Amino acid sequence: MVVMRVPRRVGRGVSGISRLAELLRSGQFVVTAELASSDSADPDAVGRNGDQLRGVADAINCTDNTGAHVHLSSMAAAHLLAERGIEPIMQLTVRDRNRLALQADLLGAAALGIRNIVVMSGDDVTAGDHPEARRIYDIDSMQLIEVAAGMRDRGVYLSGRKLEKAPAFFIGAVENPFAPPLEFRPLRLQKKVRAGADFVQTQLVFDLPIFTRFMSMAADLGLFEQVFIIPSIGIPRSARGARFMKEKVPGLHVPDALIERMEKTPPARQAEEGIRIAVELVNDVRQIHGVAGVHLIGIKWEEGVTRVAEAAGLLPRPTLSPLATVGGRR
Amino acid sequence: MSLAERLVLAVEKPLKEAVWDCRMCGQCILHSTGLSCPMRCPKNLRNGPCGGVRADGNCEVYPDKRCVWVEAWEGSRKLPLWRDHIEHLQKPVDWQLQGTSSWINLVNGRDACAPKGWARRVGH
Repeated sequence: MVVMRVPRRVGRGVSGISRLAELLRSGQFVVTAELASSDSADPDAVGRNGDQLRGVADAINCTDNTGAHVHLSSMAAAHLLAERGIEPIMQLTVRDRNRLALQADLLGAAALGIRNIVVMSGDDVTAGDHPEARRIYDIDSMQLIEVAAGMRDRGVYLSGRKLEKAPAFFIGAVENPFAPPLEFRPLRLQKKVRAGADFVQTQLVFDLPIFTRFMSMAADLGLFEQVFIIPSIGIPRSARGARFMKEKVPGLHVPDALIERMEKTPPARQAEEGIRIAVELVNDVRQIHGVAGVHLIGIKWEEGVTRVAEAAGLLPRPTLSPLATVGGRR
Repeated sequence: MSLAERLVLAVEKPLKEAVWDCRMCGQCILHSTGLSCPMRCPKNLRNGPCGGVRADGNCEVYPDKRCVWVEAWEGSRKLPLWRDHIEHLQKPVDWQLQGTSSWINLVNGRDACAPKGWARRVGH
């Protein structure tokens, strides 16, 4: 049994912003997952994808043109999930919008009842299906965190103009502990925390020694008291998939040992081996001080997410006791 | 543009372009970024590298080029002054200053102006 410590100063702003925020603040080990992106105008397509993860994850990330490929918007997906009683986390990249559009979308999302947001730079357009597109990057992800926090905490747009009603956000960021310069990564996370990040989801963790070192540097900076850190765990389905991630996906670090392990496994049993690897990783990161939960990514394999959550003993997910929100533990 | 501005630009622009591959954003923060111009980053990131930096330290977008922020980090470690400025939260770019002289903007304080809703103390 892993005893989670409750960070003290984490999560500025009002209590009870979201279920995810309350679970984290009450010291629960949370599970988040990623919604399969939709290319359908049918709202039930989003609902069906969400249903596959219902009861498995405490909140579900709605990606924003992931991999720089166009999909149904993250705000629409998040709204459709919320309507169906599934808590969304809306991703927002600074790749496709300038500061006006970003703030308009943040306020619009808040009005639609979306509380959890995760902001990021986003994969470059050249990685996607419209490589000839103009990339925006008017402001960077760090600045967008500050802008969102300004809207929430001070009730103003970046221009200084006042909002009539400030949005309530649980602000998330991302960090990649595996991309150079490794020594700067914890400091970059610290910058995001200073800008206003309440929680952070990391890049996929396959390399435990590097992740452990990142976490110990983050501990030295005192970040565990200020931000909830949720590492992502990917579920490799095949040796080919694992090799593709290593060679083709920017920012992903897959150790050779993992690929060898998958390649040594007969193809028919590789999916099972992938589940085993993911469960081992979940159990390993749980032992690392400062890890507040896991973000499970099935990579077009939602069933894998359920199976990993089950095998790692993460099910059933806790129901939120009314005391947790009313009791005012922050 | 006044004659004085044109004269300053005539010195500043070729010098900074030659030495730092400067993009003339008009709000220079080179000393906070290890003397590596952040506007060379395809994503114009002024607060640190993106998550797409390759394992060899090269750029996600241009695999043959070294990441501007890997250079910034290494450069900042070598600076006798301003080492910790790489940890400063940089305000959003004022795109109105593109092509103007950052030297003049520094002297008259124009480059220190942040949008009114930006809470942080403006640092370089």
